[in-house]
Amino acid sequence: MGAYVLRRLLALIPTLLIASLIVFVTIRMIPGDVIDLMLSQNDIGADKRSREQLVHALGLDRSMPEQYLRWVGSILQGDLGSSLWHSTPVLQEVLDRLPVTFELGAMALAIGLLIALPIGVYSAMRQDTPGDLAARSFAILLLAVPSFWMGTMVMVFPSIWWGWSPEVNYVKFSDDPWQNLKQMIVPALVLGTSLSAVTMRMTRTMMLEVLRQDYIRTAWAKGLREGVVVMRHAVRNALIPVVTLIGLQAPLLIGGAVIIEQIFVLPGMGLMMLEAVNQRDYPVITGVFLVVGIAVMLINLVVDLSYGLLDPRVRHQ
Amino acid sequence: MSSNAEPVSTDLPKASGPVRVFFSRLLREKPVGAAAALVFLLFVFCGVFADLLAPYGFNEISMLERLKAPTFKHLFGTDNLGRDMFSRCLYGAQLSVIIGLSAAALATIISVVIGTLTGYLGGRFDMVVQRIVDAYMSFPELVILIAVVSVVGPGMLQIIGVLSLVLGIGGSRIIRSAVISARENMYVHAAQSIGSSTSRVLWRHLLPNIMPPIIVLFTTRVGAVILIESGLSFLGLGVPPPAPTWGGLLSGSGRTYMFQGPWLALAPGLCLTAVVYATNVFGDALRDLLDPRMRGSK
Repeated sequence: MGAYVLRRLLALIPTLLIASLIVFVTIRMIPGDVIDLMLSQNDIGADKRSREQLVHALGLDRSMPEQYLRWVGSILQGDLGSSLWHSTPVLQEVLDRLPVTFELGAMALAIGLLIALPIGVYSAMRQDTPGDLAARSFAILLLAVPSFWMGTMVMVFPSIWWGWSPEVNYVKFSDDPWQNLKQMIVPALVLGTSLSAVTMRMTRTMMLEVLRQDYIRTAWAKGLREGVVVMRHAVRNALIPVVTLIGLQAPLLIGGAVIIEQIFVLPGMGLMMLEAVNQRDYPVITGVFLVVGIAVMLINLVVDLSYGLLDPRVRHQ
Repeated sequence: MSSNAEPVSTDLPKASGPVRVFFSRLLREKPVGAAAALVFLLFVFCGVFADLLAPYGFNEISMLERLKAPTFKHLFGTDNLGRDMFSRCLYGAQLSVIIGLSAAALATIISVVIGTLTGYLGGRFDMVVQRIVDAYMSFPELVILIAVVSVVGPGMLQIIGVLSLVLGIGGSRIIRSAVISARENMYVHAAQSIGSSTSRVLWRHLLPNIMPPIIVLFTTRVGAVILIESGLSFLGLGVPPPAPTWGGLLSGSGRTYMFQGPWLALAPGLCLTAVVYATNVFGDALRDLLDPRMRGSK
């Protein structure tokens, strides 16, 4: 297992390098003059800084390869640059914001699984019954409902009907855990519900596959109760591919968090990126962009490693 | 009389071409999919003829009719400036049709180019490209789009270009796996052994045989594009106002007035959900009919 982890970590290095190139190319090489955009928007106090100063602050006065190498070099030293607006180090701000997005994502994931797994398992056990049909239609419907619409409706209708609206002044978990959870539960519900559709469909497919296996027939033939067959023999095997799906959903989760954080005014990474885009704060945009990519890669690594824990066959390979 | 009957019977097989067979199967085997296709066609129709169908202009302000609840005069009500929401949703459909179809088509073309080249050529070229695709797929689409829009600024052409590139790269995996399984077919080896050029094998032999996954990919991409575009517009990074995109209608100044006029929050969201739902259901039905191997998969 130790050697396996090490191999996986080494394999991550080229992917990280490519990811850094993607971020660099996206921000620096796309046609469209960043400086013109910043000056025309009259932000970053165009009066305070001249064109040359901006070019210098963004490091645009050097050659492309030099810019890239300098950028990667400073990242390796833990320096993501600093914000053009409030000259705080980007890394510092990212670290402040990361826990919010992480908490939202983890809660949404948990809620998504709580919704998806029972329905998916039920759907497969009662294949082609009205219950299965209803569950499947519900899943496809969830796929189509945009999370920002769901979030908007959660903001509007309870307020009209019961005068209830979600808290918008963010409270840290360390300051008041109960208040924080109360505040996070609604956004996490919205994000989790919209994510549960894919998991639900995947769980059903995997369960159907497993339920047709010989060892399930054996379990039935032994006269085991349905609960035992399903829980002990089928679900445990069907869940392994579903775990991979959680890794695949990491980008969706973070992408969704951008929108949810904006609706519920949660000061996470998504809101940070949106604020930076509105202020054309390129060091911040670049920093968040990169950190998000790295986070997704690490989540996928953890998911792959957890495979070994869930499936002994992987561990012994 | 009997001599007259003969030509009729020989005409029959001619009339049932592959398209016709497909539609009769769609109706018979997938009635829900057929209904979804109808909803989708209705959406395209509304989008194409929005100028003729809309009772009011999308930016026609009428201060006397501010925030009116839905009536027969204003089917979806009016907004804070007295603009007719039904007309605005119709024009929103127009933007969604333009962006959805063109970006999905471009994305599919990009997927097919990357997927066939890497899948057919294989080797080191495939390995390098796949590592790039890997890295690319660790970035959420929305985050890449936000980053790009921060450089190129919001606008319809930018959105179409970036969306098709981002979704095209992601979708290349599906085409690649279809090519890898198709390239081992006997007819491909036969074509190679008589000395056909790579481009001829790809164009004449491989491509026609991977049409089913390509069509399915395109259909599902339409829904994805519409959903992502509306998300971007919702964040204020899509097509800039006054263009009434569905995502844009749910954000911006409209948000402040939703508490007084909840119909402002309902209409654009319902349109969006209905269209994406129809595209997904139709895509599923298409996949089941065209590509039996993919049946039951995600």
